[in-house]
Amino acid sequence: MIGRTWEFGPDTRVLASAAVGGPMESEGIIGKHLDHTFDDLYAGEDTWEKAERKMLSTAVDTAIQKSGKQQADIGVYLAGDLLNQNITASFSAQKLGIPFMGIYGACSSSMLSMTIGASFVNAGYTQYAIVGVSSHNCTAEKQYRYPTEYGGQKPDTAQWTVTGAGAAVVGKANTGPRVRYATIGKVMERGVKNPFDMGSAMAPAAVDTIISHFQDTGRKPADYDLIVTGDLASVGHPIARELLFQAGYDMGEQFSDCGLMIYNPDQETFAGGSGCASSAVVTYGKLMQEVAKGKLKRILVVATGALLSPVSYQQGENIPCIAHAVSFEND
Amino acid sequence: MTTQHAKQVQQEQAYDQLAQKHRPKPKVLANCLKAFFVGGFICIIGEALNMLYGKGFGYPKDVASSMTVATIVIITCLLTGFGVYDNIGQWAGAGTAVPVTGFANSIASAALEHKSEGFVLGVGGNMFKLAGSVIVWGVFSAFVVSLIRTLVIMSIGG
Repeated sequence: MIGRTWEFGPDTRVLASAAVGGPMESEGIIGKHLDHTFDDLYAGEDTWEKAERKMLSTAVDTAIQKSGKQQADIGVYLAGDLLNQNITASFSAQKLGIPFMGIYGACSSSMLSMTIGASFVNAGYTQYAIVGVSSHNCTAEKQYRYPTEYGGQKPDTAQWTVTGAGAAVVGKANTGPRVRYATIGKVMERGVKNPFDMGSAMAPAAVDTIISHFQDTGRKPADYDLIVTGDLASVGHPIARELLFQAGYDMGEQFSDCGLMIYNPDQETFAGGSGCASSAVVTYGKLMQEVAKGKLKRILVVATGALLSPVSYQQGENIPCIAHAVSFEND
Repeated sequence: MTTQHAKQVQQEQAYDQLAQKHRPKPKVLANCLKAFFVGGFICIIGEALNMLYGKGFGYPKDVASSMTVATIVIITCLLTGFGVYDNIGQWAGAGTAVPVTGFANSIASAALEHKSEGFVLGVGGNMFKLAGSVIVWGVFSAFVVSLIRTLVIMSIGG
């Protein structure tokens, strides 16, 4: 460990990953990278909650299948979502039958679960672990905001919760993208209270983690082919870029945001995508494949999470945020 | 302690200034115009219905206005159920939120949203989740206003 950054051994790698999405995601620019898409928000189920669970299960099953491993080979399933009591993750685990640990880091759960999974593998507690996250536009709106058919006007700083799920099998292997570094986030806030402006709320946490990552590893922005934040979108991402510039890091062209890599500009998603699935579908659907092929040599995924609850913001509290960064490398 | 607090406030203000540069400007004028015309258009429909029920069908004035409100509410609920009202509301803003359409939509959307949790705890328990606040504070404001009115009349008339 150096500072807040953990380094995993060279044999801790991603064996396979999979991403699934809903109807809007399949029409978006991420569409062609998804392993499976559902053309209906209910995914053939009778509730949105079950639909979200089906998406997570599909992503997990597909990732295991692609890894060539059997369920029995996998020692632990780590998953998280946005719903109260993490019901998507735990209900999906019941069906899966792999020993399970639920995690919560809001939208940072993708890289939180990857960090924990890689740690268990690296420590030798298990040979293989599967990590996964999900979010669903309707279940998230229902829980955090208003009914989905409510006609209240949202500001342009609002974001669109991504419907989908992503999963990855991480384990001891000689090939596949190496999971090299994980920089653990600190919880912080800068006075933002507006739940329709998550990008502004989360940008400082992303910046803090990225700076720590550079300090701990001695790397600089140009050492990466791509650095993506999870879901800062068109408001938070330029804020993060400016804060990093002020701190002496010129992020350059290769600094992007997963929330801006999912939908077409003509799809009305306000500032861009958000939710656990935002970083997951982009990382596990597109980026991991490109790292495996060598199109990208080194990437850093900085998954950002807003740790609010409807109660906390109704009580007038600021939105505390976190960001976890993981580097994936082709070596 | 107080200097620490002042420092924090200063930091938050500095951050807000930086963030504000990257936030899209709220389209106040466009939103006001849209709200004015859409709200006005809904009122025209209401007025036309009122005339139809009153003059056309010959209902008494109070019955005709109740029927007008009921018709607008039914249309709103249908549009909510077909999943188009939220798109109209996003475009029209206060234009659809302020008339009775906004109230009807808040109830219909909550009922739809929570149907999967059952008719008693889901639909029944959540239908007024948003509209309840309008009723509570609407009734309370009416009480305050009528109290003031009564006191004024008493002091002048007495």
